Parts: sequence; structure tokens; C-alpha cells
Amino acid sequence: MSLTSEDGARVAAEPASGPWRAALRKLVQNRTAMAAALVLVLVVLACIAAPLYAKYVAHTDPFGSNLDGQITIGGKSVPVMQPSPTGLGMTPIGPTWRAQYFLGADNQGRDVAARMLYGGRNSLLIATGSTLICLALAGLVGVVAGFSGGIVDTVLARALDVLWAFPVYMLAISLSVVLISHGLKLGPFTLQADSLLIPVIIIGVVYVPYVARPIRGQVISLARSDFVLASRCLGVARRRILLRDIVPNVTTTLIVFAPLMMALNMLTEAALSFLSIGVQPPAASWGTIILDGEGLLYTRPMVALAPGIAIMITVVMLNFLGDGVREAFDPRAKLRVKSDR
Amino acid sequence: MNGETLLEVDDLRVSFRTGQGVLPIVEGVSFVVKAGEILSVVGESGSGKSLTALAIMRLITDPNAVITGSVRFRGQDLLGLPEPAMRSLRGGAIAMIFQDPMTALTPAYTVGAQIVEQIMAHRNAGRMAARTRAIDLLGAMGIASPRDIAGRYPHQLSGGMRQRVMIAMALSCDPALLIADEPTTALDVTVQAQILELILRLRGEFGSSVLLITHDMGVVAKVADRVVVMYAGAIAEAGATRALFARPAHPYTIGLLGAIPRLRGPRLVRLPAIPGAPPAPHDRPSGCGFAPRCAAATGICAAHPPLITHDGHAVACFHARAA
Amino acid sequence: MILVMVRRLGEMVFVLVSISVLVFLIFFATPGADPAARLAGRGATPATLAAVRHSFGLDKPLPVQYVLMMKHLFVTQDLTSFVNPGEKVVPAVLQAVPVTLSLVFGAAIIWVIAALVVGVLAAWARDTVLDRLLMLFSLIGVSMPVFWLAEVANLITQARYHDTWLFSWVPALGYVPLSVSVVGWFKSLVIPWTVLAVTYIGLYGRVLRSNLVEAMNEDYIRTARAKGLSERQIILRHALRMSLITLVSMFGLDFGLLAGGGALLIEVVSGLPGVGELTYQALQNLDLPFIMAAVLYGAVFIVVANTVVDMLYAVIDPRAR
Repeated sequence: MSLTSEDGARVAAEPASGPWRAALRKLVQNRTAMAAALVLVLVVLACIAAPLYAKYVAHTDPFGSNLDGQITIGGKSVPVMQPSPTGLGMTPIGPTWRAQYFLGADNQGRDVAARMLYGGRNSLLIATGSTLICLALAGLVGVVAGFSGGIVDTVLARALDVLWAFPVYMLAISLSVVLISHGLKLGPFTLQADSLLIPVIIIGVVYVPYVARPIRGQVISLARSDFVLASRCLGVARRRILLRDIVPNVTTTLIVFAPLMMALNMLTEAALSFLSIGVQPPAASWGTIILDGEGLLYTRPMVALAPGIAIMITVVMLNFLGDGVREAFDPRAKLRVKSDR
Repeated sequence: MNGETLLEVDDLRVSFRTGQGVLPIVEGVSFVVKAGEILSVVGESGSGKSLTALAIMRLITDPNAVITGSVRFRGQDLLGLPEPAMRSLRGGAIAMIFQDPMTALTPAYTVGAQIVEQIMAHRNAGRMAARTRAIDLLGAMGIASPRDIAGRYPHQLSGGMRQRVMIAMALSCDPALLIADEPTTALDVTVQAQILELILRLRGEFGSSVLLITHDMGVVAKVADRVVVMYAGAIAEAGATRALFARPAHPYTIGLLGAIPRLRGPRLVRLPAIPGAPPAPHDRPSGCGFAPRCAAATGICAAHPPLITHDGHAVACFHARAA
Repeated sequence: MILVMVRRLGEMVFVLVSISVLVFLIFFATPGADPAARLAGRGATPATLAAVRHSFGLDKPLPVQYVLMMKHLFVTQDLTSFVNPGEKVVPAVLQAVPVTLSLVFGAAIIWVIAALVVGVLAAWARDTVLDRLLMLFSLIGVSMPVFWLAEVANLITQARYHDTWLFSWVPALGYVPLSVSVVGWFKSLVIPWTVLAVTYIGLYGRVLRSNLVEAMNEDYIRTARAKGLSERQIILRHALRMSLITLVSMFGLDFGLLAGGGALLIEVVSGLPGVGELTYQALQNLDLPFIMAAVLYGAVFIVVANTVVDMLYAVIDPRAR
């Protein structure tokens, strides 16, 4: 029983100002969320700086193999690919903890640290892009379905139900297999098979029901709420109700969803890339580097460990930020982002 | 009604630590409940009456709440009591019913099971015996087929029925004191009357004292022996119901009762309705809480008026109308 | 009641048919992606393509293809692999089902028990250090890619610490059928169970905690307190009971998703030949009948799980009856 009794109902009265500004202020005051945001900014900056790192620090081409390269460690020249202790094949160099091959090399002699930064770019780009697509589509579908009602709503709601019942990974896999092997040709619109847009679109689309269903529910309950009914009684045009009452509320919900969906999308991207139906070689993402590291797991575990840790840190921070955003924008939120793995 | 003192509340204060400092909600409330009587605490929303009731039961779980003063039940200070001892009083010697019977029962269990649970928490009774007692109690509440009702879930019952269940549950361990927080507010008018009759009748049958929290002067007039009128966290006026209704002395009470000033004595402004609204806790005036809405207010009202008792009738007003 | 059940079953069939059409369209009618070209391999001549198209029935109109595919899949159950002619799809899937179910059942038991402990402990100790720690670990749990965690588990139990007393009992990757050896089955699954459970312990622990904390503000909890119940009785009997209602529906969906192929990644990394692994192999070979069968099997599982949850809902929430 916190301050829920009538006697205390006015205790938490907010100072008068726009709800979004108040929410932003609340978010800025949330230390955990701000710390998480700071870490995310650092991750993004590091990934943006990938070419600089590759050129000036690691002196390497992270996309070309370097099977017979040599590097100098402590005055001695060491080959990047060393004969394996078992005598079979070659083992890449392990972490040197120096500028070159900081985290070691993968089985093509490429600098893992440099690839991590390039991979992070793709992972972040795909997570961000798919989140934008997902929120835009879900917002559109949810508002159109909820606000039009009637047959439009029935059809859209049914479609969402069907997609909802579809195992997300299976849907993503099915789409990826088809698109990755041949690309997409739809009239004037062509997508190359190795385009980054393919995973972006696929991940964006498969999670649409997760967001669209709650949005549709929210729009329906808003449309039935007293203040909207009152507006309609006063003869306010539907368009105006949509713009003034519905859109701002839905936008708040979408903002709350954004960081949480981004976390989910980042994990999905990693999974698809790990199944080699996400980012296509020679491009990298954190998921593909884990796949590169799979064969080296027992000899050079760092190749697989590092990108996993990077994903984990980024996703944890996104979730922290997401919790902060939810508390700030939607304190009585019942929103839950379903994890599905 | 000159029984022994059962509950003695003395200078009870409840405040909450907030971002803007400590916010007092209940500011020094004192009253007694005697054995067998019905005392009504009446006030508007925000007057602190419900928090007073919750503080007596020690049901304020907000970690930011600060509660001071003393609450003595049969001479024992409840505020200093260890939690296990308090727990055995709750639902045992002191029972409480709440405003909204719609949400006050756990939806997942039958109402019978919820009564049985309370009996078994306090009495050394077997499940069958407890169930029999639960059904007897429901019968005593005027429920026609108690056995059938005991097997129903809360959502299958009407509001009045649920409040009867709540009362049966509260009375299941023969409490000496029943605290009823707005027990009729959420109910239809006709059902309200039935529940009030029930409370009156049960006072006789079970011998419990009742502390009745309400905002409804009509309810007070119907059942209370004595009344405490609260405004802005403090007591405005207290006294025997009949005397208070006949001769209200505090301008707020007068306003509440819509009393017309008498012809004799100083001429008061007529108050068909009290203008304004009660202050929110964070902008209560420093002196008399009612002063900003009071037609009789003068400069002196910037100070806190003391609660002066004369002949069993207490008033906290510098301009109290002479009795 | 019967009417409701019939309606519900009708919806189920509708969803299943929609999904099968959708899957079929993805594989056989995506613009620019010709399944015959995929079967014939890159650089096949037009003549070869036509031959392939004919032999697999891909030259027939789409609706006919769809009906034929469904007939082979469900009625005659003799759909064969495009890649390994003669290998029948349906028996292969059925053979993989027990592996997946073993994995998911065991993990579910672990995650439900552990999540109950985590959620109740955190809600009981809310806003203390214990609560914060439990929630931090839960968050980390939901933030790790599950296939990566499985690799880390392999690294620890199969390589780095395999020779210590702690993990020397862990068998090599693979699956031992229950019918062969109960102990072997158990040993081969303990690590995958734990890995799979981690995410869900985190997820369910977090949801349960927030549900419990929310429930603790409800009026009926105040009533329970006023009745003189102990904090333990209040949490376990009243708050938890109500919080479980949402959790049960979550569980049904997640269990369905995992059993329906969602456990694919962990099956691949842990070397368990379940439905997910089968799908993965089919992916590598682009073996369309296998992928279709696996996706449809998953969809059936999920839709059935949804229906079961809806019916269970009425049992655990009296208000829904």
C-alpha cells in the first residue's frame, strides 16, 4: 500500500509542463539509464572508428586473408598462422594484447579486433534499421487496424494472429533462405543477395506482430475512451482526433518499445548470422564472428568469446536504457517484449 | 455508552518522505474508541481519515511513511509492537473492512476459502470446523444460501454480497474492534442502507466496537454514537453525534451540515455549499487548514487553532460558535 | 462451452492453413527466386531447369503445387527430400521429435523452478541489494545469445575444465535416447538443459518479480494483511497465485515455440539431432521439402500450445470461466 489511497492521491503531482519534457527530465535523472546510454555511445563511437583502427592501429585489412603474414612481437618475428601443436593444419595466432592482432587472428589470419569493430557496425546498423522498420510498420498497422475498425481491422488482426502463431525464427529463416540465395526482384526494386537490407527487412518484419498487437489494443481503447468520445460529440473531425489524441499516445508506446526491440533484434541478427543466413561474408557482424570462432573454439576461444561478450554488453545496456525509458514515459506500463529464442 | 476505553489514539501523525521533503498528511489526531460504541471519523478526500485507519492497523507499507504518536489498544502500544504480535491482532482482535469490495477479495479463491483462511490463521480450528463457521457467519450476514455462496468466486457476487462476505470475514474471529473504511461508498444506495443496518445489528450481536470511516454525514447520523470531523489532516470538531448535529460549532461542520445560522448571536454568513476545495497536502496553509475557505476567518487563523474540549465536545476553531 | 471449443478448433485450423500457405508462398513464389534453379544448382542450362521443373512438379500452377505438397506431407506422408532422393521427410521429422521434446521438457522444468525462486526472492526482498543482484543476473541471462552461451558451455565442460572433477562426467556432444540408457540420456542433456534454461530463468524471473510487486499493491493484498496473514502466506498464497496467471500463458507460448523448432540454435551447437538440427541441415542443403515440413511441424506445435493455454487459462483464472 504505497500512496494509492485517496488521501495521498495528489502527493505525486507533477509540476506543470509537457508530458514528454517531464519524461525526458525523468529519464535524464535516471542514473542507470544514463550510464547505459553512455556505454552505448562509446560502443557506437568505437564501431564508427573501425577504419581508423584498422588503418592506423592494427595496420591490417580486416577483409582480406593473411595466411602467411608475419608480425613483430617483442623484437621477434612471429607468423600469424602457426603450425598446430597436433601437427594437423594451422592455428591462428592468439590474443597478443598489442596493437596488432589484439584479440588474435581468425582462421584466415584476419585481425579479430578490427573485424569486431567492423562487425559491430553491421550489428548496430541492422538492429537499428530493423527496429525502425518494425516500429514504423507496427505503428501503421496498429493504428490503421484499431482506428478504422470493421473489416479492415478484422483482416489485419487476423493476419497479425497468424504471424504471431508463426515461430519467429522459422519465419526469419524461411525468408532468409529464399532471399539470401537469390536476392529479391520485385518490379523495379532489386535487392542483391548479400545486401545488408535483407536481414534488416526480415528482422524488422517478423517482429511486427509483437508491437502491432499492443498498439492496436491501445488505439482501440483510446478510441473508446471518454475524452475521445467527448471530442467526437463536440464534432471534432476524425482526422483531428487521430492526430491530436491517438498519434501522440502511440508514439509514446513506440518510444518505449524502441530500445527493447533493438535489444531483441540484435540477438536475432546474431542468430541469423550464426546460421549463415544473415550478414554474408566477407562482411562481418558479431554473429558471423562467433561462427568464425566456432571451429577455433577449443584452440583460440577468444574469436568466439569476444563478439558474444560485445553482444551481451550492448544488449544489457539497451535493456537498462529500455527500462529507464519505460519508467520515464509509461510508468504504468504493461508492455512486455517477448523474448523468443 | 460509558464503557471502558478500547482504543486510544494520541497525537497520531503520518507523513511521507518525498523528493521535496517530508510531507505531512495526518497532523496530530487524537481520539478514543470505547467498548461497544460506534465512532465515526468523517471527512473529505484528502483529509487523512483513511490513512489514520491504516496507521492504526499498521497497514501502511510504504517505506517512506513516517508514523509517530501513539495508538493504544487495551493499553498496549500498537506502533511499538513487534510484527508477529501485531499480526495476531490483525484479523483477530482488530479487524478491518475496506471501501471497494470489488477488489478487496483475491479473485482466485472462493469466498468461503478466504474466510476459512482467516479463521485458521487465528484459531486452532480444523478446516471442516472453520468451514462450518464460515458458512454460519455468511448466514448471520443475512445471506440466503450461505453454503452455495461460500463456494462462489468473488467475481460471481454482487458488490453488496461481497461486502457482506468482507464483514463476515472481519467478524470471523470475534474482533473487539472493527475498523470500517468507507464500507458503503462503492455500493448502491439501497444496498448501503442494508449494510449499515447489518453493522448496527452486528454491533449488538458480536459486541464489537466500530471505527467507521466515511465522508457521508447521512451515514454518520444513522449509525454513529460519536463523531470526529477531520479536515486537512487534523480534527476540526468531535463530539456526540446528536449534540454535534444539533449544535455544530466549527464553520466546516456547519458547512458540511448545511446548517442555517441561528437568529441569536453574531450573524454568520450562510453557507449553502463550502466554496473552494480542500487543500492538497503539499499546499496546506500553516495555520488553520480551513481558513482559506472559511467566511469567518480573520488574521488570527494564521495560527494553528488548539482543539478545545468543553463538556465532551471538542472544537478546533478560534471563531467556534458558542454552544 | 462446446461451442467455444469448436470455435477455438476452427480458429486453429484457420491459422494452420494460413501458415502453410504462407510458407509455401515464401518458398515457391518469391519473386526472383526460382526453386528449380536452386535444385538444379547454379549455372544450370534452361533445358536442365525445365527437366527439374517437370520432375518436381514445379511446372504446374501454384495452387496445384500447394495441394500436391500438402497431400504428400499430411495424407500420404511420402514427401521425399529434393536433395537426397528417396529420403522421406515425415519419418525423419517424427524421429527427431523425441530429442527436441527431451531438451525442451527438461529445460522447462529447470527454468520454471529457478524462475519461481528468483522472482519470489527478488519480490520479497524488493529494492534491496539481493533484489538488484538477482535482477542484474536475470538481465544478463536474457541478453546473451543462447547459441553463444552453448559454445561457452562446450568450451568449459568439453575442453578447458573437462578434466577436472567438476565436469569429467560430461559425455561428448550428442544425444543418448532414453530407451538406450536413462543415465546416459540425462547426462547428455544436463548441459543443454541448463544453457537453454538460462534465458528463460532471466525472462520469467523478471516478469514474475514485476508481477508480484504490482500484485503487492492490490487491494486484496491489503485485505490479506488485515486478516493477519504472514508475509510469506501473503506472497505465496495471494500475490503469487495471481501472478502465475500471466506466467502460465507465457509458458505455454514459449514452450510451444521451443518445441516447435525454436531450440534450433542450441540443438546445432550441442549436437542434438532434434527438429531444429534437422531444419539446420535442410537449410545448409536448401532442401525445401524438409524446411517446409519442419516449419509446419513447428507451427502445428505452437498453435496447439496456444489452444491448450487458452483452455488452461480457464482453469487457473476463475474470472475467465
